[in-house]
Amino acid sequence: MEITLVETLPQAIHEVTAVGVIIKAVIILAVISAIAGFGTYIERKVLAFMQRRLGPMHVGPYGLLQIAADGIKLFTKEDIVPQNANKFIFMVAPIITAATAFIALSAVPVFPDFTIPEFVPLLGGVFVPSIASDINVGVLFVLGMMAAGLYGPLLAGMSQANKWGIIGSARTAIQFLSYEVVTGLSILAPIMLVGSLSFVDFNNAQSGGIGSWLIWQQPVAFVLFLIAGFAETNRTPFDLLEHEAEVVSGYATEYSGMRWGMFFIGEYANMITVAIIASVVFLGGYDADCTLGWLFIILKIAFFFFLMLWVRASWPHVRPDQLMWLCWKVLMPIAVVNIVITAIVMMV
Amino acid sequence: MSLEHFKNRNIGTQHYTTIDVGHTPVGAMQTFTQVAKRTVKGELFVGLWVTLREMINALFKGDMATVKYPFEKLPISPRYRAIHDMLRLLESGSYRCIGCGLCEKICISNCISMDTRYDENQRKEVSEYTINFGRCIFCGYCAEVCPELAIVHGPRYENASEQRAGFSLFEDMLTPIDKLNLQQEYDGFGAISPNADDNIKKTPLAY
Repeated sequence: MEITLVETLPQAIHEVTAVGVIIKAVIILAVISAIAGFGTYIERKVLAFMQRRLGPMHVGPYGLLQIAADGIKLFTKEDIVPQNANKFIFMVAPIITAATAFIALSAVPVFPDFTIPEFVPLLGGVFVPSIASDINVGVLFVLGMMAAGLYGPLLAGMSQANKWGIIGSARTAIQFLSYEVVTGLSILAPIMLVGSLSFVDFNNAQSGGIGSWLIWQQPVAFVLFLIAGFAETNRTPFDLLEHEAEVVSGYATEYSGMRWGMFFIGEYANMITVAIIASVVFLGGYDADCTLGWLFIILKIAFFFFLMLWVRASWPHVRPDQLMWLCWKVLMPIAVVNIVITAIVMMV
Repeated sequence: MSLEHFKNRNIGTQHYTTIDVGHTPVGAMQTFTQVAKRTVKGELFVGLWVTLREMINALFKGDMATVKYPFEKLPISPRYRAIHDMLRLLESGSYRCIGCGLCEKICISNCISMDTRYDENQRKEVSEYTINFGRCIFCGYCAEVCPELAIVHGPRYENASEQRAGFSLFEDMLTPIDKLNLQQEYDGFGAISPNADDNIKKTPLAY
């Protein structure tokens, strides 16, 4: 009797409940928002170091409390809605960006799964999963949600009655039409190899150490996905949407205060999402057997995050027509050839 | 580089080299070859390495360009023309100014005003001396014309103030008597050159 109790208990604990998922959602919201805020600090610091500057230094030790100062500024700034703007769409657009970014995060594995200890009142013993919803079309869902997030800049630029905003939203459409093909086609080859759209299956397929990482089998797809990911998150060299040297601030020209901050949080959440996808799909993900696996995936995500800042410090950005040329005439053919070669190798 | 090089105005003919930028591709095949070459070339990684190198140099080799200004200051040139100082004689401690009035005379913005009188020993002494720093353009003529190196330009360049007119009195600019040992000799305009001894010649009395 006692032996059976001990044996059945772990399985009963690891049942995913609605409470666990809600807790997970709250954790994702809180932590990713905080990381997005911290990301601005990291970005300013890294860019500063690469230009031999110090970056924020005076608010708190090494400028660490600059995030708090920025947060206070964003929350207390006046929320201006331009007179001729389409007010409803103008006010809803930033929410689309932030919401889709977080919805996309619901289907990717973030942080290890754990059980809340028994001594915690009310929630004791609840199992919190690593993925809020482990759906079997995870990759498709995440990419679709991130693509839907582009509606934020698109509607924001069109609703604000500002010429720079209009140009920004036009560029959003251009960018969307360009990179989305490359994203889908580049990630298709790894999907063919693994035979599943679930992130957990991707992780399990690469659990045999560094040698089994998909980057060795699909280096071209990895590079293509990275390029498309940069376009997807509006990072330099593809930050056409709000390149301030050309179109003031693009789609975000008329935004102020927290609405602008939501665009920002959405962008940083998207950066984290792309980093997670790249780590899980190509770089082995988290090793479920190893206790240090979660540390390694955090290192991988941090590397991709750093790469985005690094690239921003190093490379000039491209023109919209160059982006379309690059995506349609260079990257898409390479992606198709990669898929064909992968298919031939798989069949032979 | 000799004087002849400087005087040669036909620039672009001597030491210039043209960088090989390649040629503009003609036709579809050449364009394709160029794109294919650039796709596999590692030029972008050179750019990445440059920024990473700068970051490593800045963080670990102390090659940071930022100067945290109010807390640390860059050294200024000895010829920098900042707020004036009145120097003292090192031996006696009395001020160097002899009240000749040359600085007042030469001041092109009329910001120096001085008054002198005879003291009990029938020697000239400065009774009034003010510089209006609201008018002063820091041209340095006063320091250059001063025969005694009494009025010089000091190192204080942070002269922002709440009012436009800012008068400085003689006593304010004078080196404090207890800090006489810290008094720096002035190297700027009007100061004797470092090789002044070599340039000394005998007074030409022969003619």
